[in-house]
Amino acid sequence: MSEALFAAMRQSIIDGEPEVVERLAKEALSLGIDPLDAINKGFVEGINFVGEQFGAGEMFLPDLVMAGEAMKTAVLVLEPEMKRRGSQRANLGTVVLGTVKGDIHEIGKTLVMTMLSASGFQVHDLGVDVPAEKFIAKVREVNADLIGLSALLTTTMPGQRVVIDALTKEGLRAKVKVMVGGAPVSHAWAKEIGADGYGEDAMAAVALAKKLVGREAAAS
Amino acid sequence: MRPRLQLLDPPLLDRILGEAFTLLMETGIRVQAAVAKELLSANGVRIEGDVARIPEPVIRQALATVPRTFALHDREGNAAVEYGGDKVHFDPGSSCVHVLDPETLQHRESQAADLVRLVQVAEMLPAYAAQSTAMVCADVPSGIGDLYRLFLVLWYSNKPVVTGAFSGTTTQRMIELLAADAGSVGALRARPRAIFDVCPSAPLHWTDFAGENLVQLARAGVPAEIISVPLAGATAPVTLAGAVVQHAAEVLTGIAIHQLAAPGAPVVWGGAPAIFDMRSGNTPMGAIETAMLEAACAQVGKSLGVPTHGYLCGSDAKVVDAQSGMETGMAALVGVLAGINMVSGAGMLDFLACHSAEKLVIDAEAIGMAQRFGRGIDARGESLAVAMFAKTGLAGEFLKLRETRSLFKEEQFLPSPVTDRASLRTWEQGGALDTFARARKQVAVLVGDYRRPALGDAREKAMRAIMEREAAAVGLKTLPGI
Repeated sequence: MSEALFAAMRQSIIDGEPEVVERLAKEALSLGIDPLDAINKGFVEGINFVGEQFGAGEMFLPDLVMAGEAMKTAVLVLEPEMKRRGSQRANLGTVVLGTVKGDIHEIGKTLVMTMLSASGFQVHDLGVDVPAEKFIAKVREVNADLIGLSALLTTTMPGQRVVIDALTKEGLRAKVKVMVGGAPVSHAWAKEIGADGYGEDAMAAVALAKKLVGREAAAS
Repeated sequence: MRPRLQLLDPPLLDRILGEAFTLLMETGIRVQAAVAKELLSANGVRIEGDVARIPEPVIRQALATVPRTFALHDREGNAAVEYGGDKVHFDPGSSCVHVLDPETLQHRESQAADLVRLVQVAEMLPAYAAQSTAMVCADVPSGIGDLYRLFLVLWYSNKPVVTGAFSGTTTQRMIELLAADAGSVGALRARPRAIFDVCPSAPLHWTDFAGENLVQLARAGVPAEIISVPLAGATAPVTLAGAVVQHAAEVLTGIAIHQLAAPGAPVVWGGAPAIFDMRSGNTPMGAIETAMLEAACAQVGKSLGVPTHGYLCGSDAKVVDAQSGMETGMAALVGVLAGINMVSGAGMLDFLACHSAEKLVIDAEAIGMAQRFGRGIDARGESLAVAMFAKTGLAGEFLKLRETRSLFKEEQFLPSPVTDRASLRTWEQGGALDTFARARKQVAVLVGDYRRPALGDAREKAMRAIMEREAAAVGLKTLPGI
């Protein structure tokens, strides 16, 4: 019975249908299925499939984004019951994410956010044009494990270094890993400014984040 | 008959403009610059926070004051680029950060010396009516980067320049430099040599800097080119028609701000719209749909009588290969047939991130062919063939005819040695070179033949003084590339 439900959940994420996701999540709750099982055995399987298919060039960015959005709906519906049971979805790590000051490009950063939260990270998205102080304050507030810095322009790339330098100055650098991304960014640049890694795309960012928090094995 | 490309039929064109006006009233558009907001609200535009709702009559009034034509001038003061009508000009793409090393084929950071080389090559190629501030120079501090690029182009070229700035102070300095180049502020106003690209952000967002820059340029009488960049599927509707609507709404808003600041100041309906690649998340400038967007956006601008610009002839290939040739060649033809006044992008690879002087030379061939196509087929005289047959009869020795000698240069585009039309044996004897190898040789020839224009002592001194002052302010002791 629940196997069929889990399969439907998986499919609802692949189809990116939030209404179906909501109905299935509610059905699971009414059947008394553990919401953690619904997420891990049902919905997350869908996300993983979409991620694999995207990597293989068989599915596309809209599939990825809609699956991520559908996943959010699933978590939203199941969260109150998880809280009531005192269970929690395993948090792979707490991430503070944003596009650096002077840069208002959103797409890449938002894709990374979607995929990270779908994969089980707790993500705090600070949006675009984010000054270093704001990153620092948020890292402190949420006790972040990871920080993700996006920049699309060669003229704003140096802003990634500014944030890293600020982390060092504030004595936070040792406890938070830094990921950088964006069209002009490269492994060489990441190394030059002292970041911990660079992800070519949203899927690579998830893999990198898992590696940086030592959770490669927790991929599914 | 001049061959023309129109992708939008009249009903679709009407719907596009209709929806653009609807967007500007219903969704509104974000305008952040205080000066732009003041201009709009003083003219009856309702603004809440940063969101302006612009009624059609305000825009129609602005469109009525836009100059239908204007020219960019070369150093001698000749009108060398004519904006408006169906004239098509090409210039190299702008502001890349890499250069393709012709020996190692590595994409390395572009430096002042690379920009100088590219400017020299573009100067020698008639296919390029204008230069552009083509590269960000890694060996120049970024604080003066935009100004310095313009300085290098003015130093090494006589042609008009497509340029742009990333801050208000820089725009001011660049105008100062252009005035020194022109001889005076008045001379610059009377015969502008440069046009500044100004970019709204997609979707529907005129940022603080972009809005201020537009007003600043309008008031200085320096031509402005509005470069709206909707990415269909990511920052704009996925449909090409939907993206064209958004493009129109963004440019119309820019024109309203610009003309309210200085009615009659020269402004261009430009853009770099592109599709969004759903696999890579990149914005393919060489995609055929991207070319379709440039053509359609330009058609909308032309229908309103505004001079036009588009981004074509950049390729997404990483080396100068078959993909680069295919994408550039098709795009050049689209640009010419669409009658886009200024087509920017030649020479570029890797989504406009990388320049190649060799590609610029090859692209000049594609542009030459496309421009030839654009001139169409002329009747030339009363008889098409009969008169020539009357002279040569059935012997058919057309090579001996005076008409052949006098007309073939008008009838045929004469390719450079970059295009191979030799016999197999001659080609083999010449080293069996492929296109890229021939382009490398041609670049060497062009750079060898290039002579720096005479600027005159007074002008040179004035320009150098400005640049040395600005360089000293950022701790730069020498002037790279000079």
